[in-house]
Amino acid sequence: MPVKVRVPTPLRRFTGGIDEVAAAGESVRAVIEDLEKRHPGMRERLLDDKGELRRFVNIYLNGDDIRFLNQLNSQVKDGDDISIVPAIAGGE
Amino acid sequence: MATIFQSSQRSPAASSEEHVPAARANSVLELIGNTPLLEITRVTEGLLRPGVRLFAKLEGFNPGGSVKDRAVRHMVEFGLRRGELRPGKTIIDSTSGNTGIALAMVGAALGYPVEIVMASNVSRERKKIIEAFGAKPIYSDPLEGSDGAMMVARKIIADNPDRYFKPDQYNNEANPLAHFDTTGPEIWHQTSGRITHFVAGIGTGGTVMGTGRYLKSRNPAVRVIAVEPDDAMHGLEGLKHMASSIVPGIFHAEELDQRMAVSTEDAYEMVYALGQIEGVLVGQSCGAALVAALQVARGLREGCVVTVFPDFGDKYLSTNLWIGWEQWRKERLLKLVSKWNASESATT
Repeated sequence: MPVKVRVPTPLRRFTGGIDEVAAAGESVRAVIEDLEKRHPGMRERLLDDKGELRRFVNIYLNGDDIRFLNQLNSQVKDGDDISIVPAIAGGE
Repeated sequence: MATIFQSSQRSPAASSEEHVPAARANSVLELIGNTPLLEITRVTEGLLRPGVRLFAKLEGFNPGGSVKDRAVRHMVEFGLRRGELRPGKTIIDSTSGNTGIALAMVGAALGYPVEIVMASNVSRERKKIIEAFGAKPIYSDPLEGSDGAMMVARKIIADNPDRYFKPDQYNNEANPLAHFDTTGPEIWHQTSGRITHFVAGIGTGGTVMGTGRYLKSRNPAVRVIAVEPDDAMHGLEGLKHMASSIVPGIFHAEELDQRMAVSTEDAYEMVYALGQIEGVLVGQSCGAALVAALQVARGLREGCVVTVFPDFGDKYLSTNLWIGWEQWRKERLLKLVSKWNASESATT
């Protein structure tokens, strides 16, 4: 299930500066595990030590916040768009 | 240690004859500053040695609701004095946070139009407050964060350079000067010169640089400690992870005695503790400031630690800060402290 993942600036150090990468998986959690294999360091920025989405991380699946879908178990289809968006935007 | 506040001995319900109201003001700009210093006593109960006191300067009492009122007033006044801001010009800046609110407020009070470039994922409260002051919001890509908003603002100004005045809080020396002129003297006076440690978050660096400079000018032994997020990917709105950010021109690391990194989760826990134990509802950068200040204070035998709470918490009620807090109990604060103890003993 190849999907397109948009990566925010704070995580681009793991993707060689690239803002959009490919990943695969049947759920958002599986996509994150695949991202970790391809770009080590991503998972711990997204998930806490219990494997849950960290509070300040928002993930959008085709524009919908996964907290209002089936969280990390939200089903992913071929060609879906995933965006990782920090909950803040600087704030100074 | 002697009582720092004589007034702390008074009843909170002092009679109306004793109450002295604030001075009458002709402009909201005159109401900026002179914020209260609150001793943090309940969250710190049993955690500090008897000779150590910890205070927080409550910047939420500024009329725009944050510490940024101070820097914005100074930057705009300097712009007017230098002729960079004059009738016909529009104030513009990229800021997703409190600076945007302060600019919108100051612009309204002085009669200047204001445009604020911000990433579209800023909280609903911020967007509404900025619009309520009559400023025009311009939204940038949320994935690009504050640096992305900065680039959009640069392009807007480049397309029409004569139209705009950009305060540029990251590179404008009037920003730290505001704190040298006001925040520093206030803290010195409020602690009767007894402050030993000043702890503040780094957003632009204005607060920690300017206040730190003033305090060291009065007593070079005062230690100045800056607080930043522990990782580039963080949820501490208002704070900057310096290693992964464009370093502001006003930030001079060599003037600091120490830098401390705080995790988002620890800062959030402290926000919940402050609300439920101290009765002070604040934003996440305040939680980070107290995490660091408390760790500094716990390492002292005697001292007076002062930190800055940049704002109150009402602007963050719709944000991720409040996801998963419902089960909060005081035990979680104690767990946090045990974690610090464990990491301190592991490193010593």
